[in-house]
Amino acid sequence: MQPFTRLTAVPVALPDADIDTDIIFPARFLLITAKQGLGRYAFFERRYDAAGAERPDFVLNQPAGRTPSILVVGENFGCGSSREQAVWTLADLGVRCLIAPRFGEIFQANCFKNGLLAVTVGTEAWRRLAHDAEAGREIEVDLDRQMVHRAEGEVIVFRTPAATRDALLNGWDDIEMILRHDCDEIDRFEQRQRLAAPWLYTQTPLDGD
Amino acid sequence: MSVAVAAHPRTLYEKLWSAHVLRDLGDGLALIYVDRQLIHEVSSPQAFEGLRARGRRVRRPEAQLAVADHAVPTRDRDQPIADPLARDQVALLARNAEAFGIRHLGLEDARQGIVHVIGPELGFTQPGMTLVCGDSHTSTHGAFGALAFGIGSSECETVLATQTLRQRKARTLAVDISGRLPAGVGAKDVILAVIAELGASGAVGCAIEYVGEAVRALSMEGRMTLCNMSIEAGGRMGMIAPDETTFAYLKDRPLAPKGEMWDRAVAYWRTLASDADAAYDRKVFLDASELAPQVTWGASPDQGGAVTGRVPSPDHEESPVEQAKIRRALDYMGLTPGQRLQDIPIDAVFIGSCTNGRIEDLRAASAVLRGRKVADGVAAMVVPGSGPVKRQAEAEGLDRIFLDAGFEWREPGCSLCVAMNNDRLTAGQRCASTSNRNFEGRQGLGARTHLMSPMSAAASAVAGRLADVRDYL
Repeated sequence: MQPFTRLTAVPVALPDADIDTDIIFPARFLLITAKQGLGRYAFFERRYDAAGAERPDFVLNQPAGRTPSILVVGENFGCGSSREQAVWTLADLGVRCLIAPRFGEIFQANCFKNGLLAVTVGTEAWRRLAHDAEAGREIEVDLDRQMVHRAEGEVIVFRTPAATRDALLNGWDDIEMILRHDCDEIDRFEQRQRLAAPWLYTQTPLDGD
Repeated sequence: MSVAVAAHPRTLYEKLWSAHVLRDLGDGLALIYVDRQLIHEVSSPQAFEGLRARGRRVRRPEAQLAVADHAVPTRDRDQPIADPLARDQVALLARNAEAFGIRHLGLEDARQGIVHVIGPELGFTQPGMTLVCGDSHTSTHGAFGALAFGIGSSECETVLATQTLRQRKARTLAVDISGRLPAGVGAKDVILAVIAELGASGAVGCAIEYVGEAVRALSMEGRMTLCNMSIEAGGRMGMIAPDETTFAYLKDRPLAPKGEMWDRAVAYWRTLASDADAAYDRKVFLDASELAPQVTWGASPDQGGAVTGRVPSPDHEESPVEQAKIRRALDYMGLTPGQRLQDIPIDAVFIGSCTNGRIEDLRAASAVLRGRKVADGVAAMVVPGSGPVKRQAEAEGLDRIFLDAGFEWREPGCSLCVAMNNDRLTAGQRCASTSNRNFEGRQGLGARTHLMSPMSAAASAVAGRLADVRDYL
């Protein structure tokens, strides 16, 4: 996983509330089983009209939105389906950081698993960052210090759990970490559970097995 | 897993959580053990590919169950799947299951169906478990007193490789539903009203527990409908304490514990209910006895209300964000403020999905349809949630009622709830649907979805417009 440390960019704002993962990555593209190269499908219906032409009013079709690395997104962004394609498609566009008042929970978890920083800030601070996007002002996101620096000096503090932060800063993958540190603990748990709840370990055959 | 008396009163969620914590990671995070995983064709290919790329094995193949549901066609099942992408995706699931030693129910299997219907049906889902699936409606299984939640493909891979997940402990939200459901009002109406009350993000970060006499009175099917849509209020999980209704449903299911194991399991399951004086972070109340049938008018599941109401006006909202959300929804849905909901004509009806594709749903809808006909110009279909649901309905003659009324009677799958197979609506078509999401494009590009109960969908099919089922009882 690519580490996330610090990022400076002009953010791109998608301030609508409740942008769901069907809008971010429409279901009909879910038949594709690859996770690379999905950027072309991002926000497909909002980006293109029925004839496939770009809709000029959509922010990602405007000059400032063509290479988004920081998105300032609306309340509950990424709600709905658990499809991780919603993260892969943004990552393929170059997005590394999303800032919202609140995220769809599964989407936010999926971001962290792919090295994307998805942080929440208070509504007022969020509004100022959305203004920065519209005004074309750079912001700096510093994960180690958990701060967003605005151009005129304001610092907005955010919080991420230490374990999540460490994983992002170092580009650690969950599976690798768990296999390295927790195998004994998993074995012990299974031994205890096998005694306490043996029905969870009974092999029941199904017809046709 | 011990039944020792805790030092302080705990909720169902807290009991399930603490029974599965392997290691505290600080800041509210923990590594938790996952007892079971359901796997479908859409969210798993990348997980299996990840295992393969790093030469990893599946830690407990026997704790997984795979079935294709999203991309499967609902007719001509004796033919190869016409769409080559869907055909490959469904075949890939079978190959991955075979390669990693995971139990898989193929399309030809009589028990195939939607993951969230077959898990409970087989007794794969049990109280006290942690259960995950790469699907946001995994909260359905919480109806059994399980800690069940949707995950992405990366987490699916983590569970395959380690049988654990790093998770954040949720806050607890009790939704207390009192009173008796009036005639024509069911679990779907209750959950739509709850979502409208909480809002689409009202339960983000929360584990919802549904409590109260109206919940206790629900069948397992109704409880699953309730828990299923928790995610539509932002809650990653919804749950209900197991009781006699739960045990009666599970007893003798193929994968349920048997004999002495059953008795031991039930004894443990009885300890799971929230302690009488356990505290929740938040509590909301709903009186079911005053509820009218619910229907959504917008493009988010919280944009709904009583079928007797009217399309709202954005001008009555104070927040600009909320105004914009309503404007966008009305534009997409082709509706105008003040319009009576019951004057809205429909083109299609869909009865099915992991929310409302169970036998009780088909009984409720067919009871409304008996002796009636679908209105001219309305295309109506029933997609049973699983093979067993379909056969049970046929044994009861429900298929005849649907067919005589003018419905199509299809094979099991997710179908028009997610429109990934070839069941989809065209732009501008308006559907009375028992599914769970009315998002833009959810039932096809430009299609318009009104969420409602199976009874309301049946009444709407007959009326040719959104209808109050109480006029048809």
